[in-house]
Amino acid sequence: MWQIFHKLGSPKWFFGIASTLMPWLLWIGVPLLLAGLGWGLAFAPQDYLQGNSYRIIFIHVPSAFLAQSVYIMMAVGGLVTLVWRMKLADVFVKAVAPVGAVLTFLALFTGAVWGKPTWGTWWIWDARLTSMLILLFLYFGVIALGAAISDEKSSARAVAVLVLVGVVNIPIIKYSVEWWNTLHQPATFKLTEKPSMPAEMWVPLLLSVLGLYLIFGWLACLRMQTEILVREGRTRWVKQLVQAGGN
Amino acid sequence: MAFDSFGAFITMEGHGPYVWACYFVFFLLMGAVVFWSLRQRRFVIAQQRRRMDSPPMRDQSPAGASFTRIEPSQD
Repeated sequence: MWQIFHKLGSPKWFFGIASTLMPWLLWIGVPLLLAGLGWGLAFAPQDYLQGNSYRIIFIHVPSAFLAQSVYIMMAVGGLVTLVWRMKLADVFVKAVAPVGAVLTFLALFTGAVWGKPTWGTWWIWDARLTSMLILLFLYFGVIALGAAISDEKSSARAVAVLVLVGVVNIPIIKYSVEWWNTLHQPATFKLTEKPSMPAEMWVPLLLSVLGLYLIFGWLACLRMQTEILVREGRTRWVKQLVQAGGN
Repeated sequence: MAFDSFGAFITMEGHGPYVWACYFVFFLLMGAVVFWSLRQRRFVIAQQRRRMDSPPMRDQSPAGASFTRIEPSQD
């Protein structure tokens, strides 16, 4: 276990593993996502209450789910940066923060567009929506802070602290629909209960969630590799790699 | 298929604009992130290669003009 942990700290080792994983992540993730979205758009039955507007769920839920998961992963990365000073953890945090911001924006945007025909309004300052907006600002903060400090070590530590402070927002997002009276409907998937929708609806939703997770994995590997190429530019293995084409 | 015709699939009983706008923006932004990430990687590799191809900086500096910048410690 410790050996794997130490190996994970080696950018060279990670670069190789990522190159092997990336085609799998992409070529399983894209068909899964497209199958889930195609099924959800054209074949899943209409919702008895919301009509066809509910089909937005097949992109809204995966985006929102992943937006929060990415933040939790970043918080783990932040903790590892602070405790073990592992460079790769900071590489991960900086590489995925923009992807997390885009996913959060997508969750907010699709939610707003879904809200118009369902609730009659694009936006309301309700607990779930507001806490998601705070998540978006936290992502912006992480990106800005990382870019503002040029010293690698200070930047890593400052970003790690910000990410860890912001993680308090995640349970607030999760339980906002239970703690407060909100317009937002409760969770669609719960680990302890059966889904509240028929299989024709939750299977495509699950496919889109899995597909988007895998595509995120591919993006994270790609962006981490780029960050490693920049940081380790002076090492011999990166020079050899660049001369060979960079893969 | 949940719809009777292609037209019904597009209009979705009035909800079409909402649903299609979401899917359009989703693919647009995800596509942009992928495109941007790939371009950034190509740019970094090209930059590293240029740096390796060019001779070291000190060989280019004119003879006799050698200055050393001293940065006093701020601590």
